[in-house]
Amino acid sequence: MPDHAPIAVTGMGCVSPLGVGVAALTEGWSAGRSGIVDGLGRCRDFDAKEFLARKEIKRFDPFTQFAVVAAAEAMAQADWGEDSGIAPERVGVVVGSGSGGTRTLEEGAEVVDVDPLEVSGLTVPKMMANAAAGVIALRHGFRGPAFAVVSACSSGSDAIADGVRMIRLGEADAVLVGGAEAQIQKLPMAAFGIMEALSPTGMSRPFDRRRDGFVMAEGAGILVLERADVARARGADVLGWVLGYGVSNDAYHLVAPHPEGRGAIQAMRLALANAGLEPGDVDYVNAHGTGTPANDATETHAIKQVLGARAPEVPVSSLKSAIGHLIGAAGALEAIATIGALRAQVAPPTLNLEDPDDGLDLDYVALRSRPMFDAPRERAVALSNSFGFGGHNSVLALAADRQEVAA
Amino acid sequence: MSTQTVPREEIEELVRELLVDELDIEPEMIRPEATMESLDIDSLDLVEIGQIVQRRYGVRIKAADAEGVADLGGVVDMIHAKVVAGPDAQADDEPDAA
Repeated sequence: MPDHAPIAVTGMGCVSPLGVGVAALTEGWSAGRSGIVDGLGRCRDFDAKEFLARKEIKRFDPFTQFAVVAAAEAMAQADWGEDSGIAPERVGVVVGSGSGGTRTLEEGAEVVDVDPLEVSGLTVPKMMANAAAGVIALRHGFRGPAFAVVSACSSGSDAIADGVRMIRLGEADAVLVGGAEAQIQKLPMAAFGIMEALSPTGMSRPFDRRRDGFVMAEGAGILVLERADVARARGADVLGWVLGYGVSNDAYHLVAPHPEGRGAIQAMRLALANAGLEPGDVDYVNAHGTGTPANDATETHAIKQVLGARAPEVPVSSLKSAIGHLIGAAGALEAIATIGALRAQVAPPTLNLEDPDDGLDLDYVALRSRPMFDAPRERAVALSNSFGFGGHNSVLALAADRQEVAA
Repeated sequence: MSTQTVPREEIEELVRELLVDELDIEPEMIRPEATMESLDIDSLDLVEIGQIVQRRYGVRIKAADAEGVADLGGVVDMIHAKVVAGPDAQADDEPDAA
């Protein structure tokens, strides 16, 4: 298989602050709805009891609950019948998470101080960062490689890159990929807060002069990736394509981005090369766009360096303006939202962007979505950026054919 | 050695309660001859049951204690035997315990 073989996306599922399901995410964002309430991106519409048995709820930390429900939606859409020709031992599961079962860890930490023998016997299987991957594999009977990717805010994107790599290397025919996170808990909130990474005003305003940090959010996104010929052979409905990926590290600072966006530029260029694309092919950029002062400035600089003269013409927007920052799930939700945007050929908006900061002069699709093109095209192409503490940069090159919208 | 006088029925009732309240098992499924498999009870569930028994009777149930136990009646017998033997019997079982 060529190194740059496109990988088909045949199913998508998510739980997000905009609701349960991909439609709530893509349609909600496109319509300019925000899932942020009182400065938090909680999945308020998610009721685990609707989807999971009581025993499952007890055994799964919230991050795994989100992932399992997202995976079920993605698998239903992929619609593998009995005769899909996809062998269970050729299916992998890669689910990223920033910190795994944070609630479980906090609860266990409180109990252990009082009496170590009272610590729940479910603590380890709930808090381990690979729980989501393991549980999805177990539930669906997938026996290929399954593990978690942990690279902070680029985990979700890196998980997708790993799935692509696995299929291209011939280690799997299909891989469920994505990310899951549930860090709206006192320890991470306090810890991100003390670093001044969180917005003290609780506003997610990427690229705005008044931006003051990100808004913590929770949820999960899962995509079903398939080898193109496998998807074709079974007549699958292909939602979009992962054309390539680029991954790098700043090797500059543990948590601060390189001021010139060195690693981000490298990752974007690698993604284009890996996908066999030129900068001129990019129709849309889904920004990492956290709303922290440092990210939005260096990311803008990096996009300008990579897209060159075309940079001012390419719409760039941040999903985090609508749902906040899902940390290890962010890249997965953003890939899903990007494919949705490419299918509709509509650039979704950067909400709350009323006063772009000095030097932040790209087309950020402020406040309202708009068509990507003057006239519909056969196919649209995007880059989706994810950068993380630890200096991680992970960029996906995505494409989708225009979705026929019923009149 | 201090033993505890606990009727078997008390343990049977405790196990029934745990299965219904904690593991969401239908009450009509709970019969002495029901297998662990048929009730979908695994080692993680037994850890939980063991902790509750420990809290109430001060005896520790270990994973090895459930080995060879085929059905619910066997689980009750095993827990009952442990409880009746009392906490001191365990100290003798576990020379390496602190």
